[in-house]
Amino acid sequence: MKITLASHDCYCYTGGRRPEPGRPTAVFVHGAGHDHSVWTLQTRYFASHGWNVIAPDLPGHGASAGPALASIGELADWLLDLLAALDATDVTLIGHSMGSLIALQAAATAPARIARLALVGSVVPMPVAAPLLDSTLSNRDAAHAMINQWSYTTASRLGASSVPGLNLTALNERLMQRQAAGVLHRDMAACNAWSGGFDAAARVACPVLLLASAQDRMTPPKAMAPLAGAFTGGATVSRVILPDAGHAMMAEAPGAVLDALWQFARSPARTAQDSA
Amino acid sequence: MPIHRNAGADTLALHAGQTPDPVHHSRATPIHFTTSYVFESSDHAAALFNQERAGHVYSRISNPTNAVLEERIAALDGGVGAIACASGQAALMLAITTLMGSGGHIVASRSLYGGSHNLLAYTLPRFGIETTFVPPRDHDAWRAAIRPETRLLFGEALGNPGLEILDTPAVAAIAHAAGVPLLVDATLVTPALQCPLDLGADLVMHSATKFLGGHGVAIGGLLVDGGSFDWEAAGGRFPTLTEAYDGFHGMDFAEESPIAAFLLRARREGLRDFGACLSPMNAFQILQGVETLGLRMARHVDNARALVAHLAAHPLVESVAWPELDSHPDHAIAGRLLPQGCGGVFSFSLKGGRSAGSTFIEALRLFSHLANVGDAKSLAIHPASTTHFRMTPEALRAAGITEGTIRLSTGLENAADLIEDLDRGLHAVHKATSR
Repeated sequence: MKITLASHDCYCYTGGRRPEPGRPTAVFVHGAGHDHSVWTLQTRYFASHGWNVIAPDLPGHGASAGPALASIGELADWLLDLLAALDATDVTLIGHSMGSLIALQAAATAPARIARLALVGSVVPMPVAAPLLDSTLSNRDAAHAMINQWSYTTASRLGASSVPGLNLTALNERLMQRQAAGVLHRDMAACNAWSGGFDAAARVACPVLLLASAQDRMTPPKAMAPLAGAFTGGATVSRVILPDAGHAMMAEAPGAVLDALWQFARSPARTAQDSA
Repeated sequence: MPIHRNAGADTLALHAGQTPDPVHHSRATPIHFTTSYVFESSDHAAALFNQERAGHVYSRISNPTNAVLEERIAALDGGVGAIACASGQAALMLAITTLMGSGGHIVASRSLYGGSHNLLAYTLPRFGIETTFVPPRDHDAWRAAIRPETRLLFGEALGNPGLEILDTPAVAAIAHAAGVPLLVDATLVTPALQCPLDLGADLVMHSATKFLGGHGVAIGGLLVDGGSFDWEAAGGRFPTLTEAYDGFHGMDFAEESPIAAFLLRARREGLRDFGACLSPMNAFQILQGVETLGLRMARHVDNARALVAHLAAHPLVESVAWPELDSHPDHAIAGRLLPQGCGGVFSFSLKGGRSAGSTFIEALRLFSHLANVGDAKSLAIHPASTTHFRMTPEALRAAGITEGTIRLSTGLENAADLIEDLDRGLHAVHKATSR
């Protein structure tokens, strides 16, 4: 579905079903250089099980127009504007990598509007290695190769796939190639520059899921500890670590990611309004 | 832009797509001889059918052994995925029917495998799909043949029977300027010698029956998607990929996956409805061949070079069609597009016409006289007395062959033994013509 937001076309994948009033909403936010399609398998399940699904292409990504926004704060504000425009209620906000930072900031900015927060492949801060950040500007092809090297398990990099017949790293490379020039660099620079993670976590009031993968070399599980300890505002935090996946866990372990998200999404929510 | 390979070709040929199974730890790829797969629950079943979870439902649509082959070839070719089919012909048919229906038009090289030519020239017109054939080297002809209803350009990496080398970068540019994809049949080159996706092609097909298997025991085909073609940007030319499909949950495949839309539709419609799936036994056998692909193709090329050198110098041989020879029209681009060699298949023409061809073939003892290529064993055929038997000399010339043309598929035997066998045939021709 396409809507106009801030004078630009915004595309939102809805899991193959039209949203209906009165349903809870699962919002899936993609990461750097990606679009909604990284969430295909998870979104379709939610949509066919009584949820409204919103998986936007962020500005300048995929089928959404407009310039890519330069900071996590701007992206979080844009996401909240989108949720308001769609009148989304009972929102479970799910973000991957850069999308997790956007989701975290959005949940901190508007705690009353977010019922649950799932951060997938997330660490705070999220520094980007200088060779990668430089390559996003000077040599995108090299940047794509580095991202694949650090995001996928050895088996996936040797062509094994959770989805029969697909070559997952090639799929990811083509998806990143499809994005406009400059988008990946702007995304990575936004992740690298964002310093508000711990403050944001302290303002989150809803239940939080930290979903990580044991073989993730982009956002390794052991680096998740500072973020897990930063939710000091009353949020309950649960952690799940998947054994057989890397940073691209939605593609490598789509069923396990779905199971973790689905279990979390059906757990009791608590918002700032509840606690007030 | 070529896809980055995560390992060398020989490594991918051995490992891509397969990790030892977690239950029995078998190192070799297991043969999953099963038609269907047990659901964990009703919800799991529904999720598999609605493409909410990854997995196998029914072996006509996907099978774990076939998936290893698909993922291995996709990794080698630099594609985002592949689909294993019952044959190379099935792979070609799957590509075409995924992209177009009645009213569609194809521009194809006229130097094609006979089976492909039959499909395009005689069979598909019955279903409303027309093809215009063009000389593969004539770029203006490719351009001029494109119509508003054209949905595909198609050629062979190495053409049949004259070994015309498709200038894939140039033809891909022509296709993309017209907003249509280029499909390349890479059967004779295999990923060991050329990956057309790296050169700009959008789709690749293989008859795995030939060099990929290499043993001549299993028929199979593969269709590989480079994931490079932007279906949404093609101005509505591909509604099968960019509009909701009532036959599968109203899915808009390009919305579902902007990159893998073609593969989604091909599997969810083409394999499901037309049913030209590969047997897992055949997939296993082809995988055994793929494991040694690099080693074998190098030997095929070496042997072909030795035989070409011998034949080109023989007084009874009129000509040899082999792109590595200065005399071949594509010699200049052979080094650029096929730097590791021009494969194991080539043709040569005997002096003495049709009878010389028959005499030569019948005298061979090591070469097998049959209608196939790409076996580990050397093969030979005389088109004028077999595949092209009904054609006049004029029609043969138009097809790029003569009455004395012999096609050889060079195997893996010792080159000296193959040369001795060729000399046996040439000696028979000499005796027959000097009577």
